[in-house]
Amino acid sequence: MLGLITLHFLAAAIAPALTRWIDRRAFLVLALVPAASFAWLLPRAASVTSGGEPVVERVSWIPAIGMDIDLVLTPLTAIMALVVTGVGALVVAYCAWYFREGDPEIWRFSGVLTAFAGSMLGLVLADNLYVLFVFWELTTILSFLLIGHNPERKANRRAAMNALLVTTFGGLVMLVGFFVLDVQAGTARISEILADPPSGPAVTVAMLLILVGAVSKSALVPFHFWLPGAMAAPTPVSAYLHAAAMVKAGVFLIALLAPVFADVPGWRPSLIGLGILTMLIGGLRALRQHDLKLLLAYGTVSQLGFLAAVAGAGTRSAAFAGLALILGHALFKSTLFLVVGVIDRTAGTRDLRELTGLHRRLPLLFLAALLASLSMAGVPPLLGFTAKEAALAAFVDLGEDAGLGAWGTVALVGITLGSVLTVAYTARFLWGAFGVRDVAAPELRPVPAGFLLSPVVLATLGLAGGFAGPVLTPRVATYADQVAEGAHEPVLTLWHGLTPALGLSVLAIVAGVGLWIRRKQVARVQESVVQRLHLPDAELVYHDVLRGVDRFAVELTARTQRGSLPVYVAIMLIVMVVVPGTALVGAWSDIAVRGPDNWLQVAISLLVVVAAVMTVRSRRRLRAVLLLGVTGYGTALLFVIHGAPDLALTQTLVETFAVVTFVLVLRRLPPFFSDRPFTTARYLRIALGAAVGVAVGAYALLASSARTADPIGQRFAGPAYDFGGGENIVNITLVDIRVWDTFGELAVIVVAATGVASLIFLLTDRATSHAEARRDRRQVVSTEAWMQGGLDVPDQRRSVVLEIVARAVFPVMMIFSVYLMFVGHYEPGGGFAGGLIAGLALMVRYLAGGRSELDAAAPVDAGTVLGGGLAVASLAGIVPALLGYNAFESGIFDIPFPLLGELHVVTSIFFDIGVYLIIVGLALDVLRSLGGGIDADSDEEPMVQGANA
Amino acid sequence: MSSNLVLVVVVAFLVGCGVTLMLERSLTRILVGFVMIGNGVNLLFIIASGPAGDPPLLGDVARTDMVDPLPQAMALTAIVITLGMTAFGLALAYRAWQLSGHDDVQDDLEDDLVRRRAHRDDVSASFDDVESGLPDEEGTDEEDPR
Repeated sequence: MLGLITLHFLAAAIAPALTRWIDRRAFLVLALVPAASFAWLLPRAASVTSGGEPVVERVSWIPAIGMDIDLVLTPLTAIMALVVTGVGALVVAYCAWYFREGDPEIWRFSGVLTAFAGSMLGLVLADNLYVLFVFWELTTILSFLLIGHNPERKANRRAAMNALLVTTFGGLVMLVGFFVLDVQAGTARISEILADPPSGPAVTVAMLLILVGAVSKSALVPFHFWLPGAMAAPTPVSAYLHAAAMVKAGVFLIALLAPVFADVPGWRPSLIGLGILTMLIGGLRALRQHDLKLLLAYGTVSQLGFLAAVAGAGTRSAAFAGLALILGHALFKSTLFLVVGVIDRTAGTRDLRELTGLHRRLPLLFLAALLASLSMAGVPPLLGFTAKEAALAAFVDLGEDAGLGAWGTVALVGITLGSVLTVAYTARFLWGAFGVRDVAAPELRPVPAGFLLSPVVLATLGLAGGFAGPVLTPRVATYADQVAEGAHEPVLTLWHGLTPALGLSVLAIVAGVGLWIRRKQVARVQESVVQRLHLPDAELVYHDVLRGVDRFAVELTARTQRGSLPVYVAIMLIVMVVVPGTALVGAWSDIAVRGPDNWLQVAISLLVVVAAVMTVRSRRRLRAVLLLGVTGYGTALLFVIHGAPDLALTQTLVETFAVVTFVLVLRRLPPFFSDRPFTTARYLRIALGAAVGVAVGAYALLASSARTADPIGQRFAGPAYDFGGGENIVNITLVDIRVWDTFGELAVIVVAATGVASLIFLLTDRATSHAEARRDRRQVVSTEAWMQGGLDVPDQRRSVVLEIVARAVFPVMMIFSVYLMFVGHYEPGGGFAGGLIAGLALMVRYLAGGRSELDAAAPVDAGTVLGGGLAVASLAGIVPALLGYNAFESGIFDIPFPLLGELHVVTSIFFDIGVYLIIVGLALDVLRSLGGGIDADSDEEPMVQGANA
Repeated sequence: MSSNLVLVVVVAFLVGCGVTLMLERSLTRILVGFVMIGNGVNLLFIIASGPAGDPPLLGDVARTDMVDPLPQAMALTAIVITLGMTAFGLALAYRAWQLSGHDDVQDDLEDDLVRRRAHRDDVSASFDDVESGLPDEEGTDEEDPR
């Protein structure tokens, strides 16, 4: 069965290509999928509905949380699946004639419709609450896409949004109900829940929540307004989704649970009450429609109310009637929609005021419509009649069977009134579509025979169903037999004898036809009642609710989202001080402090503190940055004193690089910060800064004192040597023990470097700077200068000494950087330090000779270096994994070397090479962008010379 | 375990000064503050790793006097990340200067628009308030009323 569903989705995936190839004929091919499913299901359904064992299928999905894809074929699901696949096949085939040749939208439509057919099949076959939910929401989304088929009308977009919001809201409420039910029952498997149903207040709540989902999906009051709007979809969609299949999902869920849970408090009153109310409202509104499709849509709303009331009543005869009605309704309502589609396409209108005399000009279509209409009205000898007889009979005994007393009679009166309205709007439909009135007859296009095939087949099935009572009765009964016996055994037959149900049927037909004959008076009365009562329109109420939510969101946003970065930062910091700070004060005890490690530490600390305070006070940009550098170098010295040479080395190099980068940018910015008078804001900033500083200091004290276990890092020494093959534990930690962290960091650096370049070279791609330089260099061939690139620096700004030193120092620095990278395993160094040294070497060349000198020093694109580094680092992880080791596992090789002894090679060096390359790439990107890029900008606009840094 | 009071004071000052700078509107100051907070937080790792000792290099020293290597590895990556962040922030500051002539962070325009809407008791810009026409599978709306 899962195969059938998968087949639908596969077909949906190839559908767009198929429509490109054979255009609308693709629908005929796609129809084979539901048709084949129907053929596969038919014999199995026949066996299941005649007392055979349910067909069960289970596919493991997420075993860790006990979630499986459970599918099952029970009498109910089998009949539903036959409806879904059978009607589906006919509707999809019908599309081949409905759409015009070369319609540009059908590539999407065909895929979505086929996917919908698969989702719907999954929904009815699901035997697991969550699987059902997944398919349920899939149908919601696909229905949204189909309603929004033509998004160029605002009304269509709103209709699609309404349907989506309403049904998703219901679906989410239902999901909560599913959770509760799952927890209460201890299983999410529907067949197990039904076999051993839980009870109690929680289950009552769960059921009512689930009913919200069913009611919203099946468009019952107060959610009924989305369904008429859904008629924005193409007519085949209305026939399938909004008549036969999707809107039945709610009724199906009710029918699935009713045999077991109908006695839950609140179930019957809500379902029968809402159902009958919907039936009446839908019927009354259908009488006021002129658009045939809308008339049918309100008719569907009415019928869904009827179905929900009958299927939810929870007696054996009602359950029986409910399933029979589902079957009957699917056949006649899809027929009628397809008939409207043919009329629309043939006559060019669906407005009943513009149609006349079609019964003579389209006799076959008229015959199909007549059969379906009679079935809808409950006239013998059609399936609609036998099913409605069964429903009326069930409601005659409802008071007794369900213990409702007099309320049963009220419900009976309700559905009888609803049936009267049904007959009246059916007559209106037939008269409207095929009747004769005093207007010019519309031009008719020829109708291909295939276009009529689906409605005729469906209508004929409805007729056959009427006579098939003896075949259908035992099969439908296999579902209804779950419920305890009632006052009578239900049966589908054309002749029960002179029963109260027959009397009510006759009454409904007579009164309904009477209403139709007096339609003018009825319309007048209806209008005056509507005007006098001022009944709230559900859609307007819904719209007001949405508007209210939107207004609330605007007000809330305006009050909380000031759009000011300092305010946001301040709020975060205040929370950080106040919330953990309160906990801090509560936990404050046993704080052990000690003095400095040595006096040098005190001196450097003092320097750092003073520099930090002066940074805050400085109004010159350059001064602030240089003082920041002082705190940075001071921090590096503190690292040295602590015993962290690697940190100190990296910090020093980073600080140097950062300060120069700052200066490169600051040369263009104004020398002073924008002048801000001393205000309260300034004191508030300082106060908050002080508070955060004190808080962080206090966290440091408390966190260190609270430590009880030995640091894990102390145990790194052994593994670092044995598995990492090195002596510098910090470096081994980076490239081996915690290599995944480092790998993530590398990705961040690549992103940051790319971000820098793309911010500066907005319009050109960054490769140009270096490619252009290469072109330029070919023109200026000079080997005499110390620096080729120095040529583009004006003479007065050139410094021969700097150029010579830069040229001489560069190779030394590069060799040293490689050396640092290689010794990182044993001595302070590694890929980070090495890469930074190389970056500084490039920086020296750039500072001495400008951007073309940089290109001469590194004739590669920064992106290539970054990508290459990331690739090398990744390979260092992937290759061991491919060889069957853990990803990034280090291999240690001692390769004997003649004369030199042994060469000790640890494979994590490749990761370090990747690190090195990425840091070089970062440096290159920064220098090209913030150095060369800004140079180029100022060359282009020499008038706007920035401040001289 | 006791903590080094001197370093705690340094951390408090670095973070406090950094925060004060970060609350400014000038992107340069914000960046300077960011880097300074970064320095402070890196020192926090050092405080957490206990008293000073020998570097974690296996070749030279006895394993007993060695300082904890793990906080160092963490701080080392943080230092390099700070460099990347600094470069990116500087590119942003330069870009802001290019576009507006200064590097101050302005209040968000969209938020201001929302505030004005709230003041007018208006709905959000994306809210579809206009009632227009019946849904139909074909055709388009006529001229947009707005």
